[in-house]
Amino acid sequence: MTDQTPPVADFQLVTRAGEEGGQRTTYGIPLAVLAELTHRCPLQCPYCSNPLEMEVASKELTTAEWCSVMDELAEIGVLQIHFSGGEPTVRKDLTELVRHATKVGLYSNLITSAVMLTKARLQDLADAGLSHVQISVQGAEDGLADRVGGFKNGHAKKLEAARWTREVGLPLTINAVMHRQNLHQLPQIIDLAVALDADRLEVANVQYYGWALKNREALIPSFAQVEETNRIVAEAQDRLAGVLDIDYVVPDYYAQRPKQCMGGWGRQFFNISPAGKVLPCHAAESITGMEFDSVRGNKSIRWIWDNSEAFNTYRGTGWMPEPCESCEFKEIDFGGCRCQAHALTGSAGNTDPACAKSPLHAEIFARAATEAAEGQDRFIYRNFSGGTAEDEVS
Amino acid sequence: MDQTARKARPILEAASRPILPRHVKLRFDKTRDRWIILAPERVLVPDDISVEVLQLCDGVRRISDIVAVLAEKYAADPDLIQTDCLALLQDLADKAFLLTVTEPSP
Ligand code: SF4
Ligand code: SF4
Repeated sequence: MTDQTPPVADFQLVTRAGEEGGQRTTYGIPLAVLAELTHRCPLQCPYCSNPLEMEVASKELTTAEWCSVMDELAEIGVLQIHFSGGEPTVRKDLTELVRHATKVGLYSNLITSAVMLTKARLQDLADAGLSHVQISVQGAEDGLADRVGGFKNGHAKKLEAARWTREVGLPLTINAVMHRQNLHQLPQIIDLAVALDADRLEVANVQYYGWALKNREALIPSFAQVEETNRIVAEAQDRLAGVLDIDYVVPDYYAQRPKQCMGGWGRQFFNISPAGKVLPCHAAESITGMEFDSVRGNKSIRWIWDNSEAFNTYRGTGWMPEPCESCEFKEIDFGGCRCQAHALTGSAGNTDPACAKSPLHAEIFARAATEAAEGQDRFIYRNFSGGTAEDEVS
Repeated sequence: MDQTARKARPILEAASRPILPRHVKLRFDKTRDRWIILAPERVLVPDDISVEVLQLCDGVRRISDIVAVLAEKYAADPDLIQTDCLALLQDLADKAFLLTVTEPSP
């Protein structure tokens, strides 16, 4: 899957019937689940948010296992399911899974690189009740886009699939993961989203963990680029009001405050990995030492959500150290991203260094600026053998 | 490819006939005991009056008809209701969560 930007949903939504609502509700009923059906993917994006150690096909949950997972999700009040991966269309049973989601009342989104889609398959998915398609693009034109994705003719295939998506009547979101090497194409990507008749465009700056951290030198933008991007996005949001809804994720190395990751750890969303691990976020496995329960164990999803150590360790605000503990923003950003804190400070329990109040912020900011200036552009492509450097494949 | 904007912003007026598209679902959620709107990668929480407005959006009624229904029900000033109604629906239309039926009235 591409870098995920969970929608910020209203806090009222996590409150169970009969309970007192309010922003202080630590958690309640999860809103949406990211179902990572597989880690297999024909693309090799260097910023992929999948873990470095990916799960092989033989470990993936079966059709029947996913269907019983969906039964449970619907029963506990989950509203939406995002079918993702890896590349979810690699799974031959995708249409069947969508049909089951529809049957149990889950609203379904498909998050795809789109290179394997055909018009017939999209029609089948629409008939099965799919509600929305999100297609990632790696650039505005073949040369760059195909180089970033590490897949020949991928860009052309995506454009074709995007048109079919609209032809079968499904709403379309274009997801553009942005970094130093493609930010200059942002204006053309915005035009492209309009031309493809997308309703939404996600301009998501890379978040640095997993594969992206391995590739940070090749991806991190300069501060000047970020400022230019802010300007381009603001202008386009204004010009395209009512035509294209643009969601923007600021690169948080250069921000003053971290993003509210996943709407707060274990508060609104969770992930299920291809082999059935129940994760508080799609990158949570990068936190070494943390144990995750699986839908294949003997515990219900409801029990895991309410009681598992992985969810409870960083839930709410009680776990927070200073400077978060006494900070006025603690119920707004929930201390930022645990995976980023782990990657950059060695402990997931620290304040996310993207925050200006973190003692490490200045150092991180300076390192980002230095790496951007050095301009080392060679990618390490994502694959099952631990990554392949760009010049070894060309 | 043609990269010029094909779409124009839909501007709602009193004569527009709004309807929710297939991919936007207004639903009562028993677990949470409240109305919700399901849309692409989003869940919205409409207030009571928005729910009433949206339930009347059937692609046949004009916004002015919806306003008339509500003005009568609540014995309220139609102008005020129309302003609120248009703001709510325009906001949804801007996000592509609402369509308008354009055929001339029968
Ligand atoms: S390699 Fe690219 S397309 Fe494939 S799952 Fe990762 S980010 Fe998505
Ligand atoms: S100190 Fe913690 S709570 Fe305050 S803004 Fe920074 S990350 Fe957020």
